[in-house]
Amino acid sequence: MPFVNWLKRHFVVIAGLLTLAYLLLPNVVVTVFSFNKPKGRFNYEWQQFSTDAWKDPCGVAGMCGSLSLSLQIAVWATLGATLLGTMIAFALVRYRFRARGAVNSLIFLPMAMPEVVMAASLLTLFLNLGAQLGFWTILIAHIMFCLSFVVTAVKARVMSMDPRLEQAAQDLYAGPAQTFLRVTLPIAAPGIAAGALLAFALSFDDFIITNFNAGSTVTFPMFVWGSAQRGTPVQINVIGTAMFLVAVALVLTSMVISNRRTKHKA
Amino acid sequence: MATLTEAPPPLSPTAPTQKPPRKRGRLTPYWLLLPGLLWLVVFFALPMIYQASTSVQTGSLEQGYKVTWHLATYWDALSAYWPQFLRSVLYAGAATVLCLALGYPLAYLIAFRAGRWRNLIMILVIAPFFTSFLIRTLAWKTILADGGPVVGALNTLHVLDVTSWLGWTAGDRVLATPLAVVCGLTYNFLPFMILPLYSSLERIDGRLHEAAGDLYARPSTVFRKVTFPLSMPGVVSGTLLTFIPASGDYVNAELLGSTDTRMIGNVIQTQFLRVLDYPTAAALSFILMAAILFMVTFYIRRSGTEDLV
Repeated sequence: MPFVNWLKRHFVVIAGLLTLAYLLLPNVVVTVFSFNKPKGRFNYEWQQFSTDAWKDPCGVAGMCGSLSLSLQIAVWATLGATLLGTMIAFALVRYRFRARGAVNSLIFLPMAMPEVVMAASLLTLFLNLGAQLGFWTILIAHIMFCLSFVVTAVKARVMSMDPRLEQAAQDLYAGPAQTFLRVTLPIAAPGIAAGALLAFALSFDDFIITNFNAGSTVTFPMFVWGSAQRGTPVQINVIGTAMFLVAVALVLTSMVISNRRTKHKA
Repeated sequence: MATLTEAPPPLSPTAPTQKPPRKRGRLTPYWLLLPGLLWLVVFFALPMIYQASTSVQTGSLEQGYKVTWHLATYWDALSAYWPQFLRSVLYAGAATVLCLALGYPLAYLIAFRAGRWRNLIMILVIAPFFTSFLIRTLAWKTILADGGPVVGALNTLHVLDVTSWLGWTAGDRVLATPLAVVCGLTYNFLPFMILPLYSSLERIDGRLHEAAGDLYARPSTVFRKVTFPLSMPGVVSGTLLTFIPASGDYVNAELLGSTDTRMIGNVIQTQFLRVLDYPTAAALSFILMAAILFMVTFYIRRSGTEDLV
């Protein structure tokens, strides 16, 4: 039975590729249906090919506004969480201080908590304080849940750093600021970048916490959620496809650049 | 950051020589920690206390709420919504097992067999993250549509007969059934399983596999005795990262399920945002949090990976 043997030998590859197909199938569907011309209000059934939605991506009332709001929130949340998270990560790796265990738990717990619990409890806080729900409450929430992920990403990188590199810089008469800017920061940069990227993706795509704390403000995920009830415009698929392509293109470019750099050095 | 780069203190003779000397900036760590920790205390820890207090209050929206230690709210919430709690645990558990079964081969493939395709496959695993997960979940409505190719194939193979007998699907439909919800949960949290699995598999020294093979272990034995035990940290963190968000999720149950597949997240969301019964919602959320924390602690102890965090 050569076929059975072949199947046995390549079982992992076949199973792995099937999982990959399962992961990518929805993206394929989203892309294909961005060229659909649906009959009713919902874009779930294939009717006929059309590029209308691609020609007029902002043709749906409120969608592009919600998209730009989501982008703004994601940028500010990324900046805030990356700054605060990087500071915590450096403190955790480089310094001794009291109550280290408590600090570690406080950073771990938001990652081990179902989103709906954080969402509901944050809303009780805002309701009790009488805060106006909207842009600022969303931003506060996003920085809160992105923070722990940034700490984890940066900590991993700083921990694997050789402290002797900084000592060497000091031996070569670099001042504290100079050592930090020209040695420490460049080495930690990939970790910080990874944390920032993760924060951006988490914030941009967040629905549950935002839904609780947004009031009447509508972010892009909330727009999609609302449209699932009222009728899904094809433009949603256009945005989804474009985001996927931009992400792949960005990652590929960064890989090509880093490949060139390593070749250049070698 | 001034003291971050000050000269390291001289090593005392008792200090362990293995560890890099830590700098003794007296106040610097506290200044570095302060803003971030303050944020977490005010917007994460404090809300938990507010929530606990809300759950023992009685009153109404119009007349305001007062703390009356009305613990019966907990009892009422549990007796009214235990089916949704049970369903959340079952669906999230099923999704976690499926994620492990589907994710392990892919993580293994990327770590050991992908060769020059490794980076490309990695990108394809991560890239969907950047398309809104709600859009991708809605795509499952198309994939599992009534009379669509997937449902048709399952029908021809008589799979649906078995699953409807088990109560997972209803008649000729997959949408609006438990199977659709579990399928959506599995899909949405699969990357959270694959990434930790990959990072622990990648660290395994390939020579261990060769050594096991040289000692006449069959491939299946190598996997059972060498690869899988060494990947345990990834399995543990992957299952946690899948189970925790899946158990609180209400998006999949809402978009792909029906009123018979409502999970505890759906109840909390409805009570909080539509019924505006804050004490009940807070009590439910508190019970969910306690249950998750209990399970996570127990699970981490049992699997002996306490250094995970």
